[in-house]
Amino acid sequence: MKRAGFSTRWLPILLLVPQLSIILLFFYWPAGYAIKSSFYLQDPFGFGQTFVGLENYTSLTASSEYLKVARFTLLFTVLVTFFSLALALLLAVKADNVIRGAKTYRTLLMWVYAVAPPVAGFIGLMMFNQRWGPLTELFGALGWDYNLGVDYSDTAFAMVLVSVWKQVPVNFIFFLSGLQSIPKAVREAALIDNRSGTRRFWDVTFPLLAPTGFFLLIINITYALFDTFGVVDTLVKGEPGNNPMTLVYKVYVDGFRGNDLGGSSAQSVILMILVLALTVFQFRMVERRIHYT
Amino acid sequence: MADITSKFTRSRSLPRVKWSQVVDHAILIAGALFMIVPLLMVLQTTTTSDIETMRHGPSLMIGTELDDNFRKAMFEASGFSGENSGMSMLMNSLILGIGFAVGKIVIGMMAAYAIVYFRLRFATMAFWLIFTTLLLPLEVRILPSYEITQKLGLLNTYTGLIVPLIASATATFFFRQFFRSVPEELVEAARIDGAGPVKFFIDVLVPLSQTMIAAMFIIMFVYGWNQYLWPTMVTTEESMYTLVRGIKQIVQVLEGNEIPQYGRANMLAIIAVIPPVAVVIFFQSWFVKGLTDSDK
Repeated sequence: MKRAGFSTRWLPILLLVPQLSIILLFFYWPAGYAIKSSFYLQDPFGFGQTFVGLENYTSLTASSEYLKVARFTLLFTVLVTFFSLALALLLAVKADNVIRGAKTYRTLLMWVYAVAPPVAGFIGLMMFNQRWGPLTELFGALGWDYNLGVDYSDTAFAMVLVSVWKQVPVNFIFFLSGLQSIPKAVREAALIDNRSGTRRFWDVTFPLLAPTGFFLLIINITYALFDTFGVVDTLVKGEPGNNPMTLVYKVYVDGFRGNDLGGSSAQSVILMILVLALTVFQFRMVERRIHYT
Repeated sequence: MADITSKFTRSRSLPRVKWSQVVDHAILIAGALFMIVPLLMVLQTTTTSDIETMRHGPSLMIGTELDDNFRKAMFEASGFSGENSGMSMLMNSLILGIGFAVGKIVIGMMAAYAIVYFRLRFATMAFWLIFTTLLLPLEVRILPSYEITQKLGLLNTYTGLIVPLIASATATFFFRQFFRSVPEELVEAARIDGAGPVKFFIDVLVPLSQTMIAAMFIIMFVYGWNQYLWPTMVTTEESMYTLVRGIKQIVQVLEGNEIPQYGRANMLAIIAVIPPVAVVIFFQSWFVKGLTDSDK
């Protein structure tokens, strides 16, 4: 709120109406609906619903299939987050170092940002084609009989690789802009203090990049949990079968295909709690960071 | 000083090779290849015939079938209804991308203006109502959103495709941050000059926000264009498919027992990639600024 504002009564209400009505209709209503239906059991033939309390939740935690999906999602998230952050950091540090061609490198390394996840998955399907996929051939030459869509861990590998490929550019952009905002004086001081580039990186640059890195950590976890839906869906060709899947994909499969509204809503609510926990964690860390500086 | 050293190095017959720089460039080139080679391979297969691609996959040769594949992708439909030609999917993608970006920016700017510049009794409540939406992505409430859209009779409409996606406050938050950084003196001066709130918004605030609007537009356009899960659920009629949503069908067509239509499929994938990538590359500096400013 500005100190010097306008005091017209009707105008601000008019300005807020579109935003508020859209979020009430398409945010609060669905979110509330999800929470409510997670406590009900839907009749499979559409004849009403019965209140079952926490049964939808307890049957989830008892389901070995759900736990398997949860375990895979955890592993998937850790791998995608780690590799896309590490690769992007390496590339950003190098792109910040070089003088010649810096702009060209930046363009070449960031354009994949604009590729949609399912299109990335589609490109992955080409790379891993059973008959002639360049990566299948490469792995074959190394003695790995690679089999996308048939072998559980082979499919998981493709999911991680494609998701990392898609996510490196965002991280690269943020790391590079973080590096470029480090003051020249600090860099020069570090150069005088320490001749070793590696030491300089870990002692000076890395701590200064930590806020960016932390912010990206949250972004990447959210990406791996939610935005990889398109990658997973195209790589399994819409038929999950025996293939690995993420928690969001399971919400979709159970609710949209399996018509299990209660179970799917309970899964949605678990995801909501997960995201809220992440956000609270993020806010607390940000507060602490401001406290330091 | 700089002069002397440069003359000194120039006088040597061989320029000194800095190995650390060679390593830097090698790593960057490897990274760039990692990013671009997969796309180049898909691009190559848009120039060869389906049989050729089915037998050998991507190769180094540039084929002669580019125009034929383009024609098939743009003007022939693969589905049952015959309405999902590349042309119609391209139109739908443009409508989704532009509609989403414009809607989000207009609604966000209006709400941010109300929150920052007006004394409102329920301002705090409106603020929290709006900014709580930043916490939960659409994916976690996807099924109930679908049910509600269905109840409202909005399946297979542009409204049903675009409006539920707008129900989060990213743009509002971004414009709020920006409006708060606009100097107080401007609004005081405008009031002294007798400008009302509407005039101030249109004549002062909107022109001031031009760069921000451009940056937001690029990010939101790419985001809208690339939507997949929501369009997959709400559009079941082939005439409403977007390019990215159409990928699902393309992938399933590749599974058929006849010769898979690789040329058409790969061409459509390329067409789905070109507009957002072009926007990001051409407006790179705005885009990078918008991205790194908005999320912090």
